[in-house]
Amino acid sequence: MKRPALRRPTVRRPALRTLARGLRARLVVAFLLVSALSALTTAALTFREARTAILKRTQDTAVNALRSQVDSQVPDLRFPPRSSDLMKFTQDLGRAGQAQRWTVHARYKDGPMVPNNLKGTLDTRLPAGVREKVRDGIAAFQRVSIDGDPWLVIGLPVAYRDGGGEMSGLEVYAQVPLRQDAANVKALVEAAQSGALPAIALAVVPALIAARGVLRPVRELRRATQQITEGELDTRLKVTGRDELADLSRTFNDMAAALEENVAELRRMEANSRRFAADVSHELRTPLAAMTAVVDVLDEDAATLDPDTAYAVRLISEETGKLARMVEDLMEISRFDAGAAALHLDEVDVAETVRKTLQARGWQEKVTADLPEDVRARLDPRRIDVVVANLVGNALRHGGEPVSVAVRVEPPAQPGDEEHLLIEIADRGEGIDPEVLPHVFERFFKADVARVRSEGSGLGLAITLENVRLHDGTVRAANGPEGGAVFTVDLPLRRGGDEA
Amino acid sequence: MSRVLLIEDDRAVREGVTLTLRRRGHEVEAAPTGEAGLTALEAFRPDLVLLDLMLPDKSGFEVCRRIRATQQIPIIMLTARGDDIDVVLGLEAGADDYIVKPARGEVLEARIRAVLRRAAPVDGGGPDPALPQAAAEVHGDLAIDRAGLLVTKNGQDLALAPSEMKLLLYLSATPGRVFSRQQLLEHVWEHSYHGDARLVDACVMRLRTKVEESTRSPKYIQTVRGFGYRFGPL
Repeated sequence: MKRPALRRPTVRRPALRTLARGLRARLVVAFLLVSALSALTTAALTFREARTAILKRTQDTAVNALRSQVDSQVPDLRFPPRSSDLMKFTQDLGRAGQAQRWTVHARYKDGPMVPNNLKGTLDTRLPAGVREKVRDGIAAFQRVSIDGDPWLVIGLPVAYRDGGGEMSGLEVYAQVPLRQDAANVKALVEAAQSGALPAIALAVVPALIAARGVLRPVRELRRATQQITEGELDTRLKVTGRDELADLSRTFNDMAAALEENVAELRRMEANSRRFAADVSHELRTPLAAMTAVVDVLDEDAATLDPDTAYAVRLISEETGKLARMVEDLMEISRFDAGAAALHLDEVDVAETVRKTLQARGWQEKVTADLPEDVRARLDPRRIDVVVANLVGNALRHGGEPVSVAVRVEPPAQPGDEEHLLIEIADRGEGIDPEVLPHVFERFFKADVARVRSEGSGLGLAITLENVRLHDGTVRAANGPEGGAVFTVDLPLRRGGDEA
Repeated sequence: MSRVLLIEDDRAVREGVTLTLRRRGHEVEAAPTGEAGLTALEAFRPDLVLLDLMLPDKSGFEVCRRIRATQQIPIIMLTARGDDIDVVLGLEAGADDYIVKPARGEVLEARIRAVLRRAAPVDGGGPDPALPQAAAEVHGDLAIDRAGLLVTKNGQDLALAPSEMKLLLYLSATPGRVFSRQQLLEHVWEHSYHGDARLVDACVMRLRTKVEESTRSPKYIQTVRGFGYRFGPL
C-alpha cells in the first residue's frame, strides 16, 4: 500500500510575546497578584487599626493631661485675670506639659490669645471649628497639619470650680505635636512593606512549581498531538497522578487508540477493495486471453454466416476487445495503487516521441503538431506515449477538431529550479463545464451523463494522471481562451545519462 | 508455414492460440506443462517456441534456460502486462521477445513472423543487407559471416540466440554509428517506437557476455550515455 505522504505541520518556536502570554507567565502573575493583594490588605488593615489606636491614645493622654493641669492651676488664678496672670498661667501649663511638648494659649472673654512663650504665636492657626465649640462651652480637639507636620489642637473652656458648671470665660488651647506618632505609624508601614515584599517575591517559587506541574503534562500533550498530526498514530501519553490533567491524558490516549483503529480499519477496507479489483481483473484475464486469441477467427468467418449470427459474432468480437482494454486499464490502475508501477527512464527526442505516438494511431492527419526539434528529455517513453495517446484520443472523441499538440520548454520559475517540459493538447470543442473540470481525472468519471458508454474504460484520464505523477509532473485541465478544452502536461525537464 | 511449439497451462488459452495459429497455416504442437514441452521439443523439432511464463510444474524461466542450453531457436514468452519482473527474468533467461496476453491472432502472427525473419539467414532487416559478403568481416577478435549467420571469436563459434545475432549484425553493419533503443526496437525487433526498451538492454547484456572480454568495459557493444548503443569503434 502506498501511503500518501502526510503533510508535516510547521512548528514555530514560541515568540517572546506568546511566551509572555503563556500559561507559566500567567500563573506567576496570578500568584504574585494574589500574594500582593493579601499582603496589602493585611498591611492596610493593620495600619489603620494601629494608627487609630496610637492617635487615640495620644489624644486621650493629651486631653486628660491638659484637663488635669488646667484643673490644678485654675484655682490659683484670679478672676478676671490680667494679662500677666494669663501669661503666668500659660507658662505654668507649658512647663507642666513638657511630657506632651505642647504649646499653650489662653484667653479670657474674647481677649487676646496669650501664649506660654512668645516664640510660638500660633493662635491664627487654631482651627475655627475648635474655637467656636470652645466659645460655646464645649471641649474640642482636632488634628491639623501645620507646615506639613501633624498637630493635635485641643480647646478647653474652663468653668468656675464651684460655680455649678458656669463658664468662667477662660479658654485654654493646646497644640500637641504628633510628629512622634507619625514616625511610629511610618515605622509600621515600613514594617508592613518589608514583610510584604519578600512574601511577594517568595510567591514566585510556588507559582513556578505549580506552573511546572501544569505545564509538563500540557507540553507532553502538545508533543503527542503533533506526532498524531504527523501520522504517528501509535503515540500514547504516560498517565501519572489522578488530577484533571491525568484525565485529559487518559482521554487523549483513548482518542488516539480510536483514531488508530479507525484509520487502520479504513486502510484495510481500502486495501481490500483495491485488492479485490486487482484480483477480479486478474481472474478475468485468462478467459479473456483465450477469447481474444480467437476473435479474428470469428471476424473472418462472420461473412459466411447468416445475418443474425454474423451480427452476434461481430458484436462478441468487438466487445471482447473493449472488455480486454477495460481489464488492462483496471490492472494498470491497480498497479499504481499498489505502488508497483515502475518508471523506465530513457533520454529521448520529445518531438519524435510525440510524432511516433500520433503515427502509430494514424492521427497525423487529424492533429496539428507544434513540436520543436532537438528537445531531449529523460522520461519513460512508453508512459508518455500512453499520456499523449489518452489525451489526444480524449480530445478527438469528446472535443472537436482541429486537435493540436504543442510541446514547449519553459525556463525555470526561479534561478536554480528545473526547466519544465510542457505538452499541451487542445481541441476546439465546447470545452468542459467548469463544474466538472475538477473531476475529469477521477476514475470512471464521465462528463457527459447522456453518453452512458464511451470508447474508453473511464480510466483513461486517471491513468494519464498517474503516469504523469510517476514522472513527478502535473496535468491540468482547463478551457482555452478561444473555447475548447486544453490539457497541459507539466513535467520537470531532466536530461542526462541512462541506466544501462 | 512454420512449426510452433506452444507451452501453456490454461486449456482455453492453449486451444484458442492453437486454433488461431493453425488457421494461419502454422503447424502447432501444444504442451500443457514445461516437462511435456521439453519432451515435445525433441520429438517435434519446432522452428519457434511460444512459452507461457507462469507454468505450474516448472517455471517458464527454467524451461527457457533448458532450451537455450542446447538450442538457439527463437523463444517468445507469453506474459501478462505489468508483470515486470517476469519480463526481465524471462529476457535474462534468453527469450528473444515477449507477447502480452490477451493478444489477438494477428498480433501473435506478426511477432512470430518478425522473430522468424530475425532467425532466417540473410533476408532484410540489416541496414545494408545487399553487401556482397564473400568472406567473414573481421572486427578485432570477432569474425562475422553475414551470409552463413556465423559468428566466431578467436576461431570459436559463438552460440547466439536469434535476437542476439540480429542485433550484432545490425550494429556491426555500421561500426561507430549510434542507435537509440527506440530505433533498435523498430528495426531489430520490429516493435513500435514505444516498445519495451528493456528488450534491447537485456539482449545487449546477453550479447556482451558472449562477445566481450569484460562486460564492464565492453569493446564491441558500447553504451553511449543518453543516446543508445553503437558497435565499436575498435
